[in-house]
Amino acid sequence: MTEHIDRVRTYALVFAVLIALTVLTTAVAFVDLGPFSVVVALAIAVGKMLLVALFFMHIRHSTRLTRLVVLGGLLWLIILILLSLTDFATRTWVGVPGR
Amino acid sequence: MITAAVQEREHYLNASYGIKSWLLTKDHKRIGLLYLATITFFFFLGGAFATLIRVELLTPQGDLVSSETYNKLFTMHGVAMVFFFLIPAIPATLGNFFLPMMIGARDLAFPRINLLSWYLLVLGGLLSLYAMLAGGVDTGWTFYTPYSTSYSNTWVIATALGIFVAGFSSILTGLNFIVTVHRMRAPGMTWFRLPLFVWSTYATSVIQVLGTPVLAVTIILLFCERVFHLGIFDPTRGGDPVLFQHLFWFYSHPAVYIMVLPAMGVISELVSVYSRKPVFGYHFVAFASVAIAVLGFLVWGHHLFVSTQSLYAGLVFSFLSYFVAIPSAIKVFNWTATLYKGSISYATPMLYAFGFIGLFTIGGLTGLFVAALGFDVHVTDTYFVVAHFHYIMVGGTIMAYLGGLHYWWPKMTGRMYPEGWAKLSALVIFLGFNLTFFPQFVLGYLGMPRRYHVYPPEFQVLHVLSTAGASVLAVGYVIPMIYFIWSLRYGKVAGANPWNATGLEWQTASPPPAHNFDQSPVVTHEAYDYSTVLGEVEVG
Ligand SMILES: [Cu+2]
Repeated sequence: MTEHIDRVRTYALVFAVLIALTVLTTAVAFVDLGPFSVVVALAIAVGKMLLVALFFMHIRHSTRLTRLVVLGGLLWLIILILLSLTDFATRTWVGVPGR
Repeated sequence: MITAAVQEREHYLNASYGIKSWLLTKDHKRIGLLYLATITFFFFLGGAFATLIRVELLTPQGDLVSSETYNKLFTMHGVAMVFFFLIPAIPATLGNFFLPMMIGARDLAFPRINLLSWYLLVLGGLLSLYAMLAGGVDTGWTFYTPYSTSYSNTWVIATALGIFVAGFSSILTGLNFIVTVHRMRAPGMTWFRLPLFVWSTYATSVIQVLGTPVLAVTIILLFCERVFHLGIFDPTRGGDPVLFQHLFWFYSHPAVYIMVLPAMGVISELVSVYSRKPVFGYHFVAFASVAIAVLGFLVWGHHLFVSTQSLYAGLVFSFLSYFVAIPSAIKVFNWTATLYKGSISYATPMLYAFGFIGLFTIGGLTGLFVAALGFDVHVTDTYFVVAHFHYIMVGGTIMAYLGGLHYWWPKMTGRMYPEGWAKLSALVIFLGFNLTFFPQFVLGYLGMPRRYHVYPPEFQVLHVLSTAGASVLAVGYVIPMIYFIWSLRYGKVAGANPWNATGLEWQTASPPPAHNFDQSPVVTHEAYDYSTVLGEVEVG
């Protein structure tokens, strides 16, 4: 297996983008977007996560098995969120007796 | 004389000497023994807490310890047993020692990380031990909020950090095993020639890697709320206390399979070797391990049926919980089918295997009881639940752990244990176990709540029975401790393959050389092909 290594410039660029996104997250926190502030913050976080995984963790150039491991981790995160939401999203559907 | 004969040949135990050669070892076999010593310590520590609990429960009054002390006792019993004994028990000791040998490898893929993971367990154990000595913790091993974040004034953070550190030990072991199984198999050792212990340990490793980080996150969040007062679980600050239970059980339900899947792997080995037959339906048993690992992540909400979880979520989790019964039943039926027309020998490890099959079946079936929404409302937080999970963890995991320890003891030490004493203690453990925990099913059904030390007098008879059983059980656990140590010096010298087993670990000397095999093995047969080994097993 040949190891593909990005140039230093690429890493520096990714690092700069990550810092910029961090600044953006902080800046957005001062603007009142209502419920959308969470959406925006999470969207930026997902972008940063992808940058780290694809460039710094070399997922872009890794084997299919390594990608499968990464996808497995993501899938399990989805399970955690989705099945937790079956509770949080439906909790008010039935009233509590006596209340 | 006998001692001299064993020590002539160089093996992993006499390859080097001195404390340093153990504390800095990269040999998976030595690290397995380090784990063995560590978890044995925590087993007897947890057992000591259990003893105090059972003695207190002899009488309906709280006369031995105060309520506060009692709360600490059951908490520390749970913490010591779950995180520092049961979770590392089979994977980190037997798995560490035998997984590489069973696939024909010289070591794990990352020997240094393997040593690191032992140090992490010790560090975590010392942190939790410090918390216990400094004053203890009283939240229950589940650390439910808001009690653990706002009200308990005991050593919550130190204990939780100990578990946090030990969690990384578990993750690294899992990672190491996964890579080892993928990359280090001997020539000819295809996936479907792997011994079933390897399959189940592999599935366990997947759970360890995917589940344990969530435990770490949960502990960090607990830390943030308790120390920095962030509103994560506290509703007055915008949090949700049930979120803690979701996160905690997302790890802790699968953690049950971290404890019991390797146990099932041991049973597959034992049932096969002592009935001289390949495991019935090999592929089904292998995939059942994977199925349990995956399904185990979809059912955690059955711990939240009475925690104001949405009724709809409860329905989903209850429904999904039943699916776990399918792969579990496949295993039990296939072990039983393996026995059919087998040439069965009643050696000690096989007695443990029989014990496991019976007790795991009771534990599993009562698991279906408590997975049913309506019934669970009746028995939540009663001794019924206590009995149920002890049938899985003690009747299942510890029986298999002891069975595996007896089975592989000759390979690990080069010595046989005394068969008569071993059979006796297996019997004592089985009887003591049932006497301890069966009355607890009845107690719980009648309404005895868990975690109380003062109870109505009508429950006393059942509690006395349970305590009597616990005393018998304790004797059963001490006997092997004594004869295992005795056997190191006085035990009959074991040959390379005393059971005429087929696994690669038996095709090298006992104890194995430092690099496991003098020549790298080449695999040409399916697993459990008894036509490749001759002779019958002789049992004293
Ligand atoms: Cu569960």
